[in-house]
Amino acid sequence: MWRPVFALIRKELLAVLRDTRSRMVLIGPPLIQLLVFGYAATFDLNHVPIAIYNQDHSQASRALVARFAGSPTFTVRDVLGSARRADGLLDSRQVQMLLVIDPRFTRDLLAGRPAPVQLIVDGRNSNTALLIEGYASTILDDFSLAWSAAHGAPKPTAVLDLRTRYNQTLASRWFIVPGIVALLTQVVTLLVVALSVAREREMGTFDQLLVTPLRRIDILLGKGVPGVLIGLFEATVIIMATVLWFHVPLRGGLAPLYFGLLLFVIAVTGIGLAISALSATQQQALLGAFLFMVPSVILSGFATPIANMPGWVQVLTLINPMRYILVVVRGVFLQGAGFSELGSDFWPMALIGFISLAAAGWLFRKRVV
Amino acid sequence: MKAAFVRLRALMRKEAVQIARDPSALAIAFLLPAALLFIFGYGVSLDARNVPLAIVVERPDALTASFTSQFAHSAYLRPQPYRDIQRAERAMVANRVDGIVWLRSDFTRRALSQGGAPIGVIVNGVDANTARIVEGYVQQVWAAWIATHRLAVGRPALLPLALEPQVRFNRAVSSRDFLIPGLIAVIMTLTGALLTALVIAREWERGTMEALMVTRVRMWEILLAKLVPYFLLGMGGMAVSVAIAVFLFGVPLHGSMLVLTATSALFMLAALGMGLLISGVARNQFIAGQIAIIVAFLPAYILSGFVFDINSMPWPVRIVTHVVAARYFVAILQSVFLAGDIWSVILPNAAALALMALIFLGLARANAHKRLD
Amino acid sequence: MSAAPDTGPALRLEAVWRRFRAGKRIVTALAGISASAARGRVTGLIGPDGAGKTTLMRLIAGLLRADSGRIDVLGIDVAQDPLAVQSRIGYMPQRFGLYEDLSVRENLDLYADLQGVPQEVRAARYAELLHMTGLGTFTARIAGRLSGGMKQKLGLACTLLQPPQLLLLDEPTVGVDPVSRRELWQIIDHLTRDAATTVLFSTAYLDEAERCDAVLLLHDGRLLGSGAPAHFTNEMAGHSFYASAAVGRRHLQERLAAMPEVIDAVIQGSRVRVVTALAAPLDAAALGPQVADFAMTPTPPRFEDSFVARLRKVAASPPPPVGAGTAAAPAPVPAEAVIAVENLTCDFGAFRAVDAVSFSVARGEIFGLLGANGAGKSTTFRMLCGLLPPSHGVLRVAGYDLRNAAAPARRQIGYMAQKFSLYADLSVRQNLRFFSSVYRLAGAQQRTRIDWAVAQFELGEMLDATARDLALGFKQRLALACALMHEPQILFLDEPTSGVDPLARREFWRRINLLAAAGVTVLVTTHFMEEAEYCDRLLIMAQGRVLTAGTPEAIKAAARNAERPDPTMEEAFIAVIEAAATATTVAA
Repeated sequence: MWRPVFALIRKELLAVLRDTRSRMVLIGPPLIQLLVFGYAATFDLNHVPIAIYNQDHSQASRALVARFAGSPTFTVRDVLGSARRADGLLDSRQVQMLLVIDPRFTRDLLAGRPAPVQLIVDGRNSNTALLIEGYASTILDDFSLAWSAAHGAPKPTAVLDLRTRYNQTLASRWFIVPGIVALLTQVVTLLVVALSVAREREMGTFDQLLVTPLRRIDILLGKGVPGVLIGLFEATVIIMATVLWFHVPLRGGLAPLYFGLLLFVIAVTGIGLAISALSATQQQALLGAFLFMVPSVILSGFATPIANMPGWVQVLTLINPMRYILVVVRGVFLQGAGFSELGSDFWPMALIGFISLAAAGWLFRKRVV
Repeated sequence: MKAAFVRLRALMRKEAVQIARDPSALAIAFLLPAALLFIFGYGVSLDARNVPLAIVVERPDALTASFTSQFAHSAYLRPQPYRDIQRAERAMVANRVDGIVWLRSDFTRRALSQGGAPIGVIVNGVDANTARIVEGYVQQVWAAWIATHRLAVGRPALLPLALEPQVRFNRAVSSRDFLIPGLIAVIMTLTGALLTALVIAREWERGTMEALMVTRVRMWEILLAKLVPYFLLGMGGMAVSVAIAVFLFGVPLHGSMLVLTATSALFMLAALGMGLLISGVARNQFIAGQIAIIVAFLPAYILSGFVFDINSMPWPVRIVTHVVAARYFVAILQSVFLAGDIWSVILPNAAALALMALIFLGLARANAHKRLD
Repeated sequence: MSAAPDTGPALRLEAVWRRFRAGKRIVTALAGISASAARGRVTGLIGPDGAGKTTLMRLIAGLLRADSGRIDVLGIDVAQDPLAVQSRIGYMPQRFGLYEDLSVRENLDLYADLQGVPQEVRAARYAELLHMTGLGTFTARIAGRLSGGMKQKLGLACTLLQPPQLLLLDEPTVGVDPVSRRELWQIIDHLTRDAATTVLFSTAYLDEAERCDAVLLLHDGRLLGSGAPAHFTNEMAGHSFYASAAVGRRHLQERLAAMPEVIDAVIQGSRVRVVTALAAPLDAAALGPQVADFAMTPTPPRFEDSFVARLRKVAASPPPPVGAGTAAAPAPVPAEAVIAVENLTCDFGAFRAVDAVSFSVARGEIFGLLGANGAGKSTTFRMLCGLLPPSHGVLRVAGYDLRNAAAPARRQIGYMAQKFSLYADLSVRQNLRFFSSVYRLAGAQQRTRIDWAVAQFELGEMLDATARDLALGFKQRLALACALMHEPQILFLDEPTSGVDPLARREFWRRINLLAAAGVTVLVTTHFMEEAEYCDRLLIMAQGRVLTAGTPEAIKAAARNAERPDPTMEEAFIAVIEAAATATTVAA
């Protein structure tokens, strides 16, 4: 009963593993993407070039400048003597922030009046601008508190005691790299599954399969199961790289992680099978996979949070399986989440998987006689 | 020379007829950029608004109320009261809140007796970027509260510095205004490379390239005849993208159309040159498409500075970004849209684009032989 | 620019070598070819797929460079000045090099501009070419919507706009029906006669050799011979005979083919065409006592006889005898219908691809479906295999109605697709294992069948080779082996021997004959007329309808008239198609 299906699965795996080009798709591009994303895709700010226009040549203002110069976030590119070049530096993007210290700085400080300090930030990259503002105001606050303490001014009523959970150093990499586990698992599974039927159609072997006593459900299984296996294999490789190479902590258990990945890979396989039933050539299958993949990555919260999207787009993301697996992977990796916390992300993936497989089965009956 | 002109005209006319009859080229030139711009324009946003924040006050009184009421004024934070810290922590694990503000039971006593009472702020650091932005917002709320509270009490302002932040070029600090110009560069890299790579690969696939090569036509004529129509088509796609950016997404365009058009033309030449180069290697549409996505789209997306800051990348990656044409165009577009015709940005980047166009087109020409091997 | 002397051959090849890298292997496409082609003549470049024909064409056109050796075209060294050569030749690549989304007229305009045809002569030239190709009424039609034959003629017209001194045609008759094939030859005859054009014509169809003035016979990158076709056929004068005897033709053919004195034995109608090693008829005694009434009548030699004789010399050893595909030869059974088709109809939207076709095939019969492209034979075939549901009609295969018992019917079917579709990335062994497992063979039974296939099809040496790397003949064997793993009652073959060399084709048909003798029913589609001769009965289709059905002998007999006392299968086929076309015109 199951022998022909096993033979089909075996053949499918062999076909992928024996073909140099398919092997490449499984190993080459994913590793490159992992490295590029892991190293280049970062929201952390380092060495932001800034210029300082210090009009108050006092000890206090020099102490403030020293705090900026000492910060790893900022690199002081220029200390200006006049305002003339300031705008030019900012316009031409040689610096991203301009710190202007007023001539009254020390006088106001000593007099207990608020001493004016101006921050001019390049808003062409709004995210960087916000972060620069945040970093700069932290430095200024620290300076204030230190100055108050040194000059016997009263303590503020309350101070912030900032703590960060799960990612104490706020490294973007800890956010991005676990996301890549989900991203690459989706890319590889989808490509393998979506192209497998089209490739057989182009080679003419699909007719050969259809004249055998294999039932449609057998063919569906024989095409789907290898996709699930390859997807889980790919996920394992990336998880290992995440832990061993990028040193992202894996705080939760493997059981909820793999349970989530299994549900996810099944859902993606169903979508891949539906694409492959609809496409006659590998080119169409690739186009179909691309058409699904781009929106699904963008609307998943992989790089930018879903909460920032307009309301109607947020509703749209509910049918995107990647949205849920990202929560699961990040939750297990960084928050140590388990089955109880992730239940609300497991069942939507299971539902999507069920629907997509049913749709694929229906399309197979309809389109693949 | 006249014969060469006749051949060139015939090839271009053929290309025009094919474009008109085959919807796929038009789809790549117009539909693909528009669709991608929609998806990215709506889907990619770094503006954290209405961030859910748990507020835990263990012993409420007038002082804590004056602090927590500050959060209601924030446009960015959505405070939600929680009865105790355990519940708030659980809500954070379940991603129902992104951070917790925690006023312990001894808060008022310590604040009034010696000052410096700690306000516990716990931020979910999984999404580091959002976490930093939330921290910044909370800091702003706190600074505002300290100032108003002090004024109410009658003592002088506590913080000795008066910070006057000012954002140039994008006053609303809207990420959409900054992302969409860069997005245009990323999308046009893909369409430019894809257009030429696919149409030439198609000629190889259908065997018409072989037939062309055996006529008197010269290789540079074939390349030029591809370049001109798809350049025009690509510029059309560019115009559509700019129109969507300005009219649909309301991105301001401070620079001049002339600079925008001229730099777009340079960039389009570089992108098409890359497509020509790809088509020299890949002789079927399937592989050409894959290469175009891997060598054109992904680097343009990640290494162009369109969303991820180039200065913050490790130095080996920073070096690599210099061969990504989109990098220069992103810089130009962000300036032309948000700041205006800033020559100190435009000229060096345009020069780099011109150089890249020259290199790509030169390599494409050197690589194209009138032979099949 | 080097002037082209008007004397001397149009084309001269001196020791031309060309190798390609295919993955890790180096493939020698051409191994030291030296040959020439005379001006104003048609030279045929003849050989099976993979012989090196296209590579040679591309070398001559300057699209590839030779590793060594020299090619002079019209007195110009191609390696030195490809552009000068290209402005003097016309070249039609495979698939004709047309822009399918341009109209006929736009294609002509484009190529006229590219070839620098002056405006003032265009009108006359277009008129002449359109008249010659019969495309006059289709100038506004998009090239992609033309039939295969019309595309071929348009491709030809595009290469002739600026009358070339040398015309290179790369397999122009592939996928084109016999009627269009004949029309193409009329155009070529006209060109060489009236315009003194030199034509180099490559083909895998051996019967086209006899239409050429000279022939270059290519096999595995080597030149097996060159000269006038008569030179080849004359070699074999006195060697070819029709043999007949009071036994079944297949039995007779099998006996004859096994004799060492016989170079070639193929079924032709009810008789067997024999080529002997010595120019003398065979001794009836050598065949053994059971063969009564053995007679041999001499017949004129064909080009193919010479090719087969040459190949036999090159081939290492004669193929060993072949055993039956199924274990035991069954006792003769009454001729029950294994395939029964009644009023079979298939509609694609408003288009009726197959229109009320009825026929039946008996056990052990070899049944051929013939027709031009678009005649409906592939659609019929796909319905019979269960790949396409019929719109109307009854379809019974192996006693099962395909509509409601597809799975049990499929267990009785073996299927060999066009181009021998195998899993190219899998090894030979993995292919065999896969197909046997899919048919639920397991354990000892599976091993037995795989061993059988390996022994029968001599696959032992290449068990671990990847299917992609196999030579075409071996791919064909492996495909047949895979189709036979489950000992099917019925075998479906789709264009089973297109492009393979004559020896591989003969070997293939010997196996099929044995299978049929063992009671396997075989259904073949083909547009290859020699294959039609192997069939017991044929069905010729056009425009979705059955034009005629019957034994090959009967169909040929029907086409016999004063002009054609002994028509070939191809002539008979054309006669049937033309008769039908006339009938339609008269009716309309």
